[in-house]
Amino acid sequence: MSLLDYTLRIADSSLISAQRLSEWCSKGPTLEEDIAISNISLDLFGQANGFLEYVSELDGNKTVDDFAFKRNEREFFNFKITEQPNGHFGDTIVKLFLTSAFNFLFYTKLSGSKNEKLSALAAKSLKEVKYHLKHSRSWMVRLGDGTEESNKKIQESLNSLWQFTGEFFEMDKVDTEISKSGLGVNNLSIKEDWNKIINTTLSESKLIRPKDGYMQTGSKRGIHTEHLGHLLSEMQYLPRAYPDAKW
Amino acid sequence: MLNGNTDKIWELLNTVPDPEIPVISVVELGVIRNIEFINDSYLISITPTYSGCPAVKTFQDDIKTCLTNNGVDNFELKLIYSPAWTTDWMTEKTKEKLLKYGISPPSKTVICPQCKSTSTTTISDFGSTACKSFHSCNDCLEPFEHFKCI
Ligand SMILES: [Zn+2]
Repeated sequence: MSLLDYTLRIADSSLISAQRLSEWCSKGPTLEEDIAISNISLDLFGQANGFLEYVSELDGNKTVDDFAFKRNEREFFNFKITEQPNGHFGDTIVKLFLTSAFNFLFYTKLSGSKNEKLSALAAKSLKEVKYHLKHSRSWMVRLGDGTEESNKKIQESLNSLWQFTGEFFEMDKVDTEISKSGLGVNNLSIKEDWNKIINTTLSESKLIRPKDGYMQTGSKRGIHTEHLGHLLSEMQYLPRAYPDAKW
Repeated sequence: MLNGNTDKIWELLNTVPDPEIPVISVVELGVIRNIEFINDSYLISITPTYSGCPAVKTFQDDIKTCLTNNGVDNFELKLIYSPAWTTDWMTEKTKEKLLKYGISPPSKTVICPQCKSTSTTTISDFGSTACKSFHSCNDCLEPFEHFKCI
Protein backbone atom coordinates (compact mmCIF):
# COMPACT_ATOMS: atom_id res chain seq x y z
CA MET A 1 0.00 0.00 0.00
CA SER A 2 2.36 2.70 -1.21
CA LEU A 3 -0.35 5.37 -1.30
CA LEU A 4 -1.22 4.72 2.33
CA ASP A 5 2.45 4.85 3.39
CA TYR A 6 2.97 8.02 1.38
CA THR A 7 -0.05 9.79 2.90
CA LEU A 8 0.82 8.59 6.39
CA ARG A 9 4.25 10.22 6.17
CA ILE A 10 2.69 13.57 5.31
CA ALA A 11 0.17 13.20 8.13
CA ASP A 12 2.88 12.24 10.63
CA SER A 13 5.09 15.22 9.86
CA SER A 14 2.10 17.55 10.33
CA LEU A 15 0.96 15.82 13.50
CA ILE A 16 4.36 15.77 15.21
CA SER A 17 5.10 19.40 14.20
CA ALA A 18 1.71 20.39 15.61
CA GLN A 19 2.20 18.56 18.89
CA ARG A 20 5.69 20.00 19.32
CA LEU A 21 4.60 23.57 18.58
CA SER A 22 1.63 23.26 20.93
CA GLU A 23 4.14 23.09 23.80
CA TRP A 24 4.61 26.84 23.32
CA CYS A 25 0.98 27.51 24.21
CA SER A 26 1.01 29.77 27.31
CA LYS A 27 4.83 29.90 27.22
CA GLY A 28 5.42 32.22 24.25
CA PRO A 29 7.90 35.08 24.61
CA THR A 30 5.09 37.60 24.00
CA LEU A 31 1.33 37.23 23.94
CA GLU A 32 1.19 37.82 20.17
CA GLU A 33 3.79 35.16 19.53
CA ASP A 34 2.13 32.73 21.89
CA ILE A 35 -1.07 33.11 19.88
CA ALA A 36 0.73 32.93 16.54
CA ILE A 37 2.55 29.69 17.33
CA SER A 38 -0.56 28.14 18.86
CA ASN A 39 -2.52 29.00 15.70
CA ILE A 40 0.16 27.51 13.48
CA SER A 41 0.05 24.40 15.63
CA LEU A 42 -3.73 24.29 15.20
CA ASP A 43 -3.43 24.56 11.40
CA LEU A 44 -1.00 21.65 11.43
CA PHE A 45 -3.28 19.53 13.64
CA GLY A 46 -6.08 20.22 11.17
CA GLN A 47 -3.90 19.25 8.23
CA ALA A 48 -2.79 16.08 10.01
CA ASN A 49 -6.42 15.22 10.67
CA GLY A 50 -7.32 15.65 6.99
CA PHE A 51 -4.49 13.40 5.80
CA LEU A 52 -5.18 10.85 8.54
CA GLU A 53 -8.85 10.69 7.52
CA TYR A 54 -7.67 9.66 4.09
CA VAL A 55 -5.18 7.15 5.56
CA SER A 56 -7.98 5.66 7.63
CA GLU A 57 -10.17 5.43 4.53
CA LEU A 58 -7.40 3.68 2.59
CA ASP A 59 -6.78 1.34 5.51
CA GLY A 60 -10.46 0.53 5.84
CA ASN A 61 -10.08 -0.68 9.39
CA LYS A 62 -8.26 1.67 11.76
CA THR A 63 -9.66 5.06 12.74
CA VAL A 64 -7.90 8.43 12.75
CA ASP A 65 -7.47 8.13 16.52
CA ASP A 66 -6.01 4.64 16.17
CA PHE A 67 -3.37 6.05 13.86
CA ALA A 68 -2.61 9.04 16.08
CA PHE A 69 -2.70 7.38 19.47
CA LYS A 70 -2.06 3.68 19.07
CA ARG A 71 1.21 3.54 17.21
CA ASN A 72 4.71 3.42 18.72
CA GLU A 73 7.81 5.38 17.66
CA ARG A 74 8.94 2.86 15.08
CA GLU A 75 5.55 3.10 13.36
CA PHE A 76 5.79 6.89 12.88
CA PHE A 77 7.30 8.30 9.69
CA ASN A 78 7.58 12.04 10.34
CA PHE A 79 10.73 13.93 9.39
CA LYS A 80 13.15 13.90 12.32
CA ILE A 81 13.31 17.70 12.34
CA THR A 82 9.65 17.86 13.42
CA GLU A 83 10.27 15.87 16.62
CA GLN A 84 13.28 17.92 17.77
CA PRO A 85 12.73 19.76 21.05
CA ASN A 86 11.60 23.38 20.81
CA GLY A 87 14.73 24.71 22.49
CA HIS A 88 14.72 28.49 22.75
CA PHE A 89 12.52 30.69 20.57
CA GLY A 90 15.23 30.99 17.88
CA ASP A 91 15.53 27.20 17.62
CA THR A 92 11.78 26.94 17.10
CA ILE A 93 11.80 29.68 14.46
CA VAL A 94 14.60 27.99 12.49
CA LYS A 95 12.78 24.65 12.62
CA LEU A 96 9.54 26.29 11.54
CA PHE A 97 11.22 28.21 8.75
CA LEU A 98 13.13 25.26 7.29
CA THR A 99 10.06 22.99 7.35
CA SER A 100 7.59 25.66 6.19
CA ALA A 101 9.78 26.44 3.17
CA PHE A 102 9.72 22.74 2.33
CA ASN A 103 5.98 22.39 3.02
CA PHE A 104 5.17 25.42 0.88
CA LEU A 105 6.94 23.96 -2.17
CA PHE A 106 5.79 20.42 -1.47
CA TYR A 107 2.10 21.36 -1.23
CA THR A 108 2.38 23.61 -4.28
CA LYS A 109 3.42 20.52 -6.28
CA LEU A 110 1.10 18.09 -4.49
CA SER A 111 -1.91 20.27 -5.26
CA GLY A 112 -1.38 19.14 -8.86
CA SER A 113 -1.61 15.46 -7.87
CA LYS A 114 -3.76 13.17 -10.02
CA ASN A 115 -5.22 11.89 -6.78
CA GLU A 116 -8.22 14.11 -5.96
CA LYS A 117 -8.00 13.66 -2.20
CA LEU A 118 -4.30 14.49 -2.03
CA SER A 119 -4.65 17.46 -4.33
CA ALA A 120 -7.56 18.88 -2.31
CA LEU A 121 -5.77 18.44 1.02
CA ALA A 122 -2.60 19.94 -0.44
CA ALA A 123 -4.41 22.99 -1.86
CA LYS A 124 -6.04 23.56 1.51
CA SER A 125 -2.78 23.14 3.45
CA LEU A 126 -0.91 25.39 1.05
CA LYS A 127 -3.06 28.41 1.91
CA GLU A 128 -2.15 27.98 5.58
CA VAL A 129 1.49 27.08 5.10
CA LYS A 130 2.04 30.33 3.16
CA TYR A 131 1.40 32.21 6.39
CA HIS A 132 3.65 29.86 8.39
CA LEU A 133 6.45 30.60 5.97
CA LYS A 134 5.81 34.33 5.96
CA HIS A 135 5.74 34.44 9.74
CA SER A 136 8.84 32.33 10.39
CA ARG A 137 10.74 34.07 7.59
CA SER A 138 10.10 37.49 9.10
CA TRP A 139 11.41 36.25 12.45
CA MET A 140 14.53 34.83 10.77
CA VAL A 141 15.26 38.33 9.49
CA ARG A 142 14.42 40.05 12.77
CA LEU A 143 16.60 37.72 14.82
CA GLY A 144 19.39 37.26 12.28
CA ASP A 145 19.63 40.96 11.49
CA GLY A 146 18.86 41.94 15.09
CA THR A 147 21.40 42.28 17.85
CA GLU A 148 24.80 40.64 18.03
CA GLU A 149 23.42 38.17 20.54
CA SER A 150 20.24 37.29 18.60
CA ASN A 151 22.35 36.77 15.47
CA LYS A 152 24.78 34.52 17.31
CA LYS A 153 21.99 32.47 18.87
CA ILE A 154 20.00 31.91 15.71
CA GLN A 155 23.15 31.08 13.73
CA GLU A 156 23.86 28.36 16.31
CA SER A 157 20.26 27.09 15.97
CA LEU A 158 20.69 26.94 12.21
CA ASN A 159 24.04 25.15 12.48
CA SER A 160 22.67 22.45 14.76
CA LEU A 161 19.41 21.88 12.87
CA TRP A 162 20.93 21.83 9.40
CA GLN A 163 21.74 18.09 9.63
CA PHE A 164 17.98 17.41 9.59
CA THR A 165 17.31 19.06 6.23
CA GLY A 166 18.70 16.21 4.13
CA GLU A 167 15.59 14.13 4.83
CA PHE A 168 13.36 16.56 2.93
CA PHE A 169 14.89 15.47 -0.35
CA GLU A 170 15.27 11.73 0.18
CA MET A 171 13.41 9.53 -2.26
CA ASP A 172 12.82 5.88 -1.42
CA LYS A 173 10.79 3.21 -3.22
CA VAL A 174 7.45 4.56 -2.02
CA ASP A 175 8.21 8.16 -3.06
CA THR A 176 9.53 7.09 -6.43
CA GLU A 177 6.54 4.90 -7.18
CA ILE A 178 3.99 7.52 -6.09
CA SER A 179 5.69 10.41 -7.87
CA LYS A 180 6.18 8.40 -11.09
CA SER A 181 2.47 7.63 -11.21
CA GLY A 182 1.65 11.34 -10.91
CA LEU A 183 0.06 11.00 -7.47
CA GLY A 184 2.89 12.53 -5.47
CA VAL A 185 5.90 14.79 -5.59
CA ASN A 186 9.45 14.17 -6.72
CA ASN A 187 11.13 15.92 -3.80
CA LEU A 188 14.33 16.39 -5.76
CA SER A 189 12.41 18.64 -8.13
CA ILE A 190 11.74 21.19 -5.39
CA LYS A 191 15.26 21.27 -3.98
CA GLU A 192 16.42 24.15 -6.17
CA ASP A 193 13.48 26.33 -5.15
CA TRP A 194 13.98 25.41 -1.52
CA ASN A 195 17.62 26.45 -1.77
CA LYS A 196 16.51 29.75 -3.29
CA ILE A 197 14.12 30.54 -0.43
CA ILE A 198 16.73 29.54 2.15
CA ASN A 199 19.60 31.44 0.53
CA THR A 200 17.64 34.64 -0.03
CA THR A 201 16.33 34.62 3.52
CA LEU A 202 19.69 33.82 5.06
CA SER A 203 21.45 36.60 3.22
CA GLU A 204 18.72 39.05 4.23
CA SER A 205 19.08 37.77 7.80
CA LYS A 206 22.87 38.16 7.79
CA LEU A 207 23.21 34.46 8.52
CA ILE A 208 25.66 32.00 7.04
CA ARG A 209 24.34 28.89 5.32
CA PRO A 210 25.93 25.87 7.03
CA LYS A 211 27.92 23.43 4.89
CA ASP A 212 26.21 20.15 4.11
CA GLY A 213 27.98 17.66 6.36
CA TYR A 214 26.63 14.60 8.08
CA MET A 215 22.90 14.39 7.36
CA GLN A 216 20.37 12.60 9.54
CA THR A 217 18.28 9.91 7.89
CA GLY A 218 15.96 7.04 8.81
CA SER A 219 12.51 8.45 9.46
CA LYS A 220 11.06 6.84 6.33
CA ARG A 221 11.92 3.52 7.98
CA GLY A 222 10.56 4.57 11.35
CA ILE A 223 13.97 5.30 12.85
CA HIS A 224 13.89 8.37 15.08
CA THR A 225 15.82 10.41 17.58
CA GLU A 226 15.18 9.80 21.27
CA HIS A 227 12.85 12.80 21.42
CA LEU A 228 9.92 11.22 19.59
CA GLY A 229 9.20 8.65 22.29
CA HIS A 230 8.93 11.35 24.94
CA LEU A 231 6.64 13.42 22.74
CA LEU A 232 4.38 10.42 22.09
CA SER A 233 4.22 9.48 25.76
CA GLU A 234 2.64 12.85 26.44
CA MET A 235 0.47 13.03 23.34
CA GLN A 236 -0.85 9.49 23.71
CA TYR A 237 -1.15 9.33 27.47
CA LEU A 238 -4.88 9.89 27.84
CA PRO A 239 -6.18 7.52 25.14
CA ARG A 240 -3.77 4.86 26.34
CA ALA A 241 -4.56 5.24 30.03
CA TYR A 242 -8.32 5.50 29.41
CA PRO A 243 -9.00 3.55 26.23
CA ASP A 244 -12.06 4.76 24.28
CA ALA A 245 -12.53 7.74 26.60
CA LYS A 246 -15.03 10.22 25.15
CA TRP A 247 -15.17 14.00 25.55
CA MET B 1 -40.65 17.86 6.22
CA LEU B 2 -40.16 20.51 3.49
CA ASN B 3 -39.57 17.74 1.04
CA GLY B 4 -37.13 18.88 -1.57
CA ASN B 5 -37.25 22.59 -0.78
CA THR B 6 -33.55 23.38 -0.61
CA ASP B 7 -34.22 27.16 -0.69
CA LYS B 8 -35.94 26.85 2.65
CA ILE B 9 -32.89 25.04 4.08
CA TRP B 10 -30.60 27.82 2.81
CA GLU B 11 -32.92 30.30 4.49
CA LEU B 12 -32.81 28.40 7.80
CA LEU B 13 -29.04 28.06 7.73
CA ASN B 14 -28.74 31.77 7.05
CA THR B 15 -30.04 32.25 10.60
CA VAL B 16 -27.19 30.19 12.12
CA PRO B 17 -24.50 32.64 13.29
CA ASP B 18 -20.79 32.03 12.95
CA PRO B 19 -19.79 30.92 16.48
CA GLU B 20 -16.86 33.34 16.58
CA ILE B 21 -18.27 36.29 14.60
CA PRO B 22 -21.99 36.27 15.45
CA VAL B 23 -22.89 39.18 13.13
CA ILE B 24 -22.51 36.98 10.08
CA SER B 25 -24.17 33.64 9.36
CA VAL B 26 -22.50 30.39 8.33
CA VAL B 27 -23.97 30.96 4.86
CA GLU B 28 -22.43 34.44 4.62
CA LEU B 29 -19.12 33.03 5.83
CA GLY B 30 -19.23 30.73 2.79
CA VAL B 31 -18.76 27.42 4.58
CA ILE B 32 -22.03 25.93 3.31
CA ARG B 33 -21.05 24.82 -0.19
CA ASN B 34 -24.03 22.88 -1.43
CA ILE B 35 -27.44 21.58 -0.44
CA GLU B 36 -28.96 18.71 -2.38
CA PHE B 37 -32.09 16.65 -1.89
CA ILE B 38 -31.22 13.01 -2.47
CA ASN B 39 -33.32 9.95 -1.50
CA ASP B 40 -35.66 11.99 0.68
CA SER B 41 -32.79 13.54 2.58
CA TYR B 42 -30.88 16.81 2.46
CA LEU B 43 -27.18 16.42 1.89
CA ILE B 44 -25.45 19.55 3.18
CA SER B 45 -21.81 19.98 2.13
CA ILE B 46 -19.69 22.04 4.49
CA THR B 47 -16.08 23.12 4.13
CA PRO B 48 -13.85 24.30 6.99
CA THR B 49 -12.37 27.80 6.82
CA TYR B 50 -8.99 26.64 8.16
CA SER B 51 -8.00 22.95 8.51
CA GLY B 52 -7.76 23.23 12.26
CA CYS B 53 -10.62 25.67 12.81
CA PRO B 54 -12.07 24.77 16.21
CA ALA B 55 -15.39 26.38 15.24
CA VAL B 56 -16.16 23.67 12.66
CA LYS B 57 -17.50 21.26 15.26
CA THR B 58 -19.53 24.05 16.88
CA PHE B 59 -21.18 25.22 13.69
CA GLN B 60 -21.97 21.64 12.70
CA ASP B 61 -23.76 21.23 16.03
CA ASP B 62 -25.49 24.61 15.61
CA ILE B 63 -26.71 23.63 12.13
CA LYS B 64 -28.09 20.34 13.47
CA THR B 65 -29.88 22.14 16.30
CA CYS B 66 -31.35 24.76 13.95
CA LEU B 67 -32.70 22.20 11.50
CA THR B 68 -34.05 19.89 14.18
CA ASN B 69 -35.78 22.81 15.95
CA ASN B 70 -37.44 23.66 12.66
CA GLY B 71 -38.75 20.15 12.23
CA VAL B 72 -36.19 19.02 9.68
CA ASP B 73 -34.60 15.73 10.64
CA ASN B 74 -33.92 14.16 7.25
CA PHE B 75 -30.47 15.62 6.64
CA GLU B 76 -26.84 14.65 6.59
CA LEU B 77 -23.77 16.88 6.95
CA LYS B 78 -20.78 16.13 4.79
CA LEU B 79 -17.34 17.74 5.27
CA ILE B 80 -15.61 18.52 1.98
CA TYR B 81 -12.13 19.96 1.33
CA SER B 82 -12.31 20.94 -2.32
CA PRO B 83 -12.49 23.63 -3.53
CA ALA B 84 -10.63 25.04 -0.55
CA TRP B 85 -12.46 27.81 1.30
CA THR B 86 -11.53 31.30 0.23
CA THR B 87 -12.39 34.75 1.56
CA ASP B 88 -13.36 35.62 -2.06
CA TRP B 89 -16.69 33.93 -1.32
CA MET B 90 -17.68 36.71 1.06
CA THR B 91 -20.01 39.27 -0.46
CA GLU B 92 -19.52 43.03 -0.14
CA LYS B 93 -22.51 43.10 2.20
CA THR B 94 -20.84 40.55 4.48
CA LYS B 95 -17.62 42.54 4.44
CA GLU B 96 -19.54 45.66 5.48
CA LYS B 97 -21.02 43.75 8.42
CA LEU B 98 -17.52 42.71 9.51
CA LEU B 99 -16.24 46.28 9.34
CA LYS B 100 -19.18 47.54 11.35
CA TYR B 101 -18.55 44.81 13.93
CA GLY B 102 -14.94 45.99 14.30
CA ILE B 103 -13.07 43.54 12.09
CA SER B 104 -11.21 44.82 9.04
CA PRO B 105 -12.67 42.68 6.21
CA PRO B 106 -10.55 40.59 3.82
CA SER B 107 -9.01 42.92 1.24
CA LYS B 108 -5.55 43.93 0.05
CA THR B 109 -5.78 47.19 1.99
CA VAL B 110 -6.22 46.86 5.71
CA ILE B 111 -8.72 49.43 7.02
CA CYS B 112 -9.00 50.57 10.63
CA PRO B 113 -12.60 49.72 11.65
CA GLN B 114 -12.63 52.64 14.12
CA CYS B 115 -11.57 55.64 12.00
CA LYS B 116 -11.37 53.99 8.53
CA SER B 117 -7.73 55.00 8.16
CA THR B 118 -5.65 52.87 5.79
CA SER B 119 -2.42 53.82 7.55
CA THR B 120 -1.94 50.77 9.79
CA THR B 121 0.84 48.59 11.18
CA THR B 122 0.84 44.79 11.26
CA ILE B 123 1.54 43.53 14.76
CA SER B 124 1.24 39.82 13.98
CA ASP B 125 0.08 37.61 11.11
CA PHE B 126 -1.97 35.67 13.62
CA GLY B 127 -4.76 37.20 15.69
CA SER B 128 -7.14 35.60 18.18
CA THR B 129 -7.91 32.95 15.57
CA ALA B 130 -5.91 31.59 12.62
CA CYS B 131 -8.21 33.39 10.15
CA LYS B 132 -7.33 36.84 11.47
CA SER B 133 -4.18 38.96 11.73
CA PHE B 134 -3.49 41.61 14.33
CA HIS B 135 -2.89 45.30 13.53
CA SER B 136 -2.85 48.75 15.03
CA CYS B 137 -3.98 52.04 13.51
CA ASN B 138 -1.36 54.74 12.96
CA ASP B 139 -4.00 57.48 13.18
CA CYS B 140 -6.35 56.62 16.04
CA LEU B 141 -3.85 54.14 17.59
CA GLU B 142 -6.57 51.54 18.25
CA PRO B 143 -5.57 47.87 17.92
CA PHE B 144 -7.83 45.73 15.71
CA GLU B 145 -8.08 42.46 13.80
CA HIS B 146 -8.14 41.88 10.07
CA PHE B 147 -9.74 38.91 8.31
CA LYS B 148 -6.84 37.52 6.28
CA CYS B 149 -7.23 36.83 2.56
CA ILE B 150 -6.84 33.15 1.78
ZN1 LIG C 1 -7.97 54.17 13.32
